[in-house]
Amino acid sequence: MRSKIVLFLVAFICWCLLNWIPDWQHLLVGIFVAGFVAYLTGDLFIRSPDRLSHPHRYWYFVFHYLPLFIWECIKANIDVAFRVLHPRLPIRPGIVKVKIKLKTDTGITFLANSITLTPGTLSVDVDREKGFLYVHWIDVKSKDVEEATKIVVARFERVLEKIFE
Amino acid sequence: MRDIIGLAFMTIGFTFDVIGCLGLVRLPDVYNRLQAATKCVTLGTCSILFGAFLIVGFTAAGMKSLMCMVFVVLTSPVAAHAIARGAHKAGVKLWKDSVIDAYAEDKEGKT
Repeated sequence: MRSKIVLFLVAFICWCLLNWIPDWQHLLVGIFVAGFVAYLTGDLFIRSPDRLSHPHRYWYFVFHYLPLFIWECIKANIDVAFRVLHPRLPIRPGIVKVKIKLKTDTGITFLANSITLTPGTLSVDVDREKGFLYVHWIDVKSKDVEEATKIVVARFERVLEKIFE
Repeated sequence: MRDIIGLAFMTIGFTFDVIGCLGLVRLPDVYNRLQAATKCVTLGTCSILFGAFLIVGFTAAGMKSLMCMVFVVLTSPVAAHAIARGAHKAGVKLWKDSVIDAYAEDKEGKT
């Protein structure tokens, strides 16, 4: 039930931002649409709504995760641009296996998305029981599981652990 | 002044989008192409949208472009992940000079 309320609020705020200039017709339609969406898919949206009421999670998200993510994203683009424009195409691709410590769905989703948008890596599949993530790496630096984990996952996992666990 | 900064952001975005498309042509297999397409197109498109937001300011169109940035960042890695997984399940081979394929090794162990 609380998950439905959270989804209703998120959907309604999205609707208001998309319309931007408030108007009672828009707001009324928005309430109906957000209510309908929340009624249908509310239970799938979030597993543990309690975590939304911890202010330190937002603090870590805005001031630790976002700057790290934007910086890595810019680095990734310059890296890919360099590889594409280089006449000899300096790539050494392969799929490696890395270990993850996160357990929650949201945490794993954010970790996989972050890995995809950071330099040279693209997450392919996840094995939740054993805690492995398969990552396509454009320039394989190490075939060993532990080494690869240290290079690819560690810097994000440290921050995401505090937000989602 | 705001127009000039906005246009600069749009130019950077276009450059990265063009490089992404070039990568789509030059790189050898599905997975490498996805890397170029996802990264360059995400930052390029976000940069264009942010430039548009700077030019029009806090209007209905500006807010829509900000919302689009959030949705592009959230959805494009998921799409890339789905395509890569689907391609591997459908049996698309890695490039011939690839050094390791841990995913295929583990899958063979199971069946």
